[in-house]
Amino acid sequence: MTTMTDPPKAEGFRIGQLINDKRYRSYTFQFIALVLLILSFGWLINNAMNNPILQRVGIDFGFLSDPAGYDINQQPIEYTSQSSHLRAAIIGAINTLIVAFLACVTATIFGVIAGVLRLSNNWIISKLMAVYVEMFRNIPVLIWIIIIFTVAANTFPPIAEFRIPRDGSDAERGLLFGMFAATNQGVFIPRLVFESAGWLVIGTFLASIVGVFGLRRYARHKLYSEGRIVPVLWPSIALLIVPTVLMQLLLGSPVGVENPEMGRFRFEGGFLMRPSLIALWFALSIYTGAFIAENVRAGILAVSKGQTEAAAALGLRPGRVMSLVVLPQALRVIIPPLISQYLNITKNTSLAIAVGYMDLTGTLGGITLNQTGRALECVLLLMAFYLTFSLAISAIMNVYNNSVALKER
Amino acid sequence: MSDAHAHSIAFVRETELPPAPPPTAETGAVKWVRENLFSSIFNTIMTILGLLIVLYLLSGLIPWIVNGTWEGASIRDCRETLQGSGGGCFAVLAERWPQLLFGFQYPDYLRWRPSLAFALLFLAVPPVLFFKLPRWMLVITALYPFVAYWLIWGGTAITPIFALIGVIAGYFAFTRVERQGFVLGLLAGVIVAAIMWWIGGYIAAEEPGWLRIEAVPSREMGGFMLNMILGIVCVSLSIPIGIVLALGRQSRLPVVKGFCVVFIEFVRGVPLITLLFVANVVLAYFLPPGTNFDLIVRVIIMITMFSSAYIAEVIRGGLAALPKGQYEAGDSLGLDYAQSMRLIVLPQALKISIPGIVNVAVGLFKDTTLVSVISMFDLVGMIRGPILSSTAWTGVYWELWAAACVLFFVVCYGISQYSQWLERQLRTDHR
Repeated sequence: MTTMTDPPKAEGFRIGQLINDKRYRSYTFQFIALVLLILSFGWLINNAMNNPILQRVGIDFGFLSDPAGYDINQQPIEYTSQSSHLRAAIIGAINTLIVAFLACVTATIFGVIAGVLRLSNNWIISKLMAVYVEMFRNIPVLIWIIIIFTVAANTFPPIAEFRIPRDGSDAERGLLFGMFAATNQGVFIPRLVFESAGWLVIGTFLASIVGVFGLRRYARHKLYSEGRIVPVLWPSIALLIVPTVLMQLLLGSPVGVENPEMGRFRFEGGFLMRPSLIALWFALSIYTGAFIAENVRAGILAVSKGQTEAAAALGLRPGRVMSLVVLPQALRVIIPPLISQYLNITKNTSLAIAVGYMDLTGTLGGITLNQTGRALECVLLLMAFYLTFSLAISAIMNVYNNSVALKER
Repeated sequence: MSDAHAHSIAFVRETELPPAPPPTAETGAVKWVRENLFSSIFNTIMTILGLLIVLYLLSGLIPWIVNGTWEGASIRDCRETLQGSGGGCFAVLAERWPQLLFGFQYPDYLRWRPSLAFALLFLAVPPVLFFKLPRWMLVITALYPFVAYWLIWGGTAITPIFALIGVIAGYFAFTRVERQGFVLGLLAGVIVAAIMWWIGGYIAAEEPGWLRIEAVPSREMGGFMLNMILGIVCVSLSIPIGIVLALGRQSRLPVVKGFCVVFIEFVRGVPLITLLFVANVVLAYFLPPGTNFDLIVRVIIMITMFSSAYIAEVIRGGLAALPKGQYEAGDSLGLDYAQSMRLIVLPQALKISIPGIVNVAVGLFKDTTLVSVISMFDLVGMIRGPILSSTAWTGVYWELWAAACVLFFVVCYGISQYSQWLERQLRTDHR
């Protein structure tokens, strides 16, 4: 009996415990894992150091300041072929973000519409949406990008058909609404033109957005403290439109729209969306839209019917049932996969290289890499960009997830 | 009461009248149409719009298919036959079909070998997909990789045979030593297998002519076959790696956990194309000077890395979905880590994560088309490169891309339907 209650004899540490004792075994494993890891990385780095090509040229990021010497056909910031490789890479990064942003917006619109319509009672509509979703989910996005590029570059009419003949008669084709022209060189769209006072108008608009949020806060405060319902919808719409329009009129229209005009040989003014941009944008939105549609559908189905009925039994009107009961629960299911779809869009913009859109993969990972031969450096920078972007987005997503997660134990 | 009443009246109906049929507007097709297509004004507008869209699509599609021509040697022949009837020039498919499937370099008299390997796939895969088939059929699945390798790449049969012997010997060594501990067993298995492979490599170098069929180098692989090879090889390799990574990410050992987290987050944060760039231009720097891997092997390494990170995340979801009691039950039975994972946790966690794994597999199969960007001639690369740039077929876009769409759709839709079927099978709750 006594032996049971005796405190265990204080034994010294033995080597055998490193393998047999559960308390110490984990240190052995980790040590072995660490050694293996260091050895394999050492082996890789050693190989790289002994590589004849790398030994000759070394690893050097100095090439970034050399003149790039190639042209980029979509320049959101100023760029000439004499600008540095770094500037070309920055333009590429901006182009990546432009197409990613556009595609995220339209993919969400397509996805929400298709997801809601797929649940519609209308047999034809729901089946059409099912066909859309299955078609686009099961065929690689690269094929869609190339198909849409082929359509934009081959089936749109040539610019010559928009040309006004010498005798002054009507051109073969006119501009759609006088604003848009789809040609095989790309789609011409109107461009916003800012005079210097334009920033005041933009500033007013941003201020009214802040104002709308303030109004909503105020309305909620009133509701909770005094039980008084302050109208929100119409005042916020008015707040968004009226001050901006007033400012625009007062300052004499500093923000204008410049339509594309047919000159003698080509279009002048306006903004040219090249077939590559259109293909990438449209294909990514319609492809990812199919995935988002499934997320939206799952989110709506995840809210059980009892919730709607309970809200109705409490006497809420249908609009409030939707906004206070169904949507908050559905959004909790929809938003996380939605964000990861946005990440997928951003990563898939790297397929731009297949249609010659000058995104980061096209500039830094394409022409710069081939011209300078600095594969290692270029690929490292390329990965660093995408990685930073993805990690930043997922960090934001985690914050959001924690804020809406069900508070359980 | 009622009795008394009955006697006082001359006639009382003794049987109930059969219910009158509902009005025609409330039965059968009419009711269905009213409820599903024309229940409100908005719904009616939607129906008409939907019908218009369907009509528009069909009016373009049907003449294209029906009037299409399957004979001719070039786009000019097609134009002559079609005379502007709006039909498709499917002659390109008839002529280039083998190229679409096998690439333009695979010797045409050897095409029966990958075809046979593809046919055998239908024997090898079902035992994995359908649990009700007899278990001995898994032997076919286990033999398949070696047979398929021999059929597609050719060369002496010694290489695949010794690869197989190595695996079997390693497995026996593992089962013998496993009682001493899982890790020791694994170590013994790997060592024995490596010895057998080394002997095999030696014999193959000495006797290259034994049971030899004509060898085909990997750079001659192409077409849809390349997509299939990459998809199947990478998915099957990445499932075990993904399991290890997922377990590592859950582990209490900081070094192991840290490595797995960094690896998974890194791979998931970069696009596949950059990894393919690594395979194409960078990976060679990190291998010993003089080693010359095939591009296809380097691509398989990178795509496997890519998909194993995604599969690891799916499996981590499965592991997290298991109630904690399952882990504790394993501990309380006195099982060690390897035993409780192998016998209790993983079978349940994998079952939960199968639909997710299938989704990753479909996505990966679609992503194999990206290899066309690093100038490999898979299905997309074949169409964009040799076929569309040949003088005979310049401008035949629709037919070729439609064929590519159909091929991918059939495979991917088939897999996703299987996944949905499996989800219904595995659902244990009653609804």
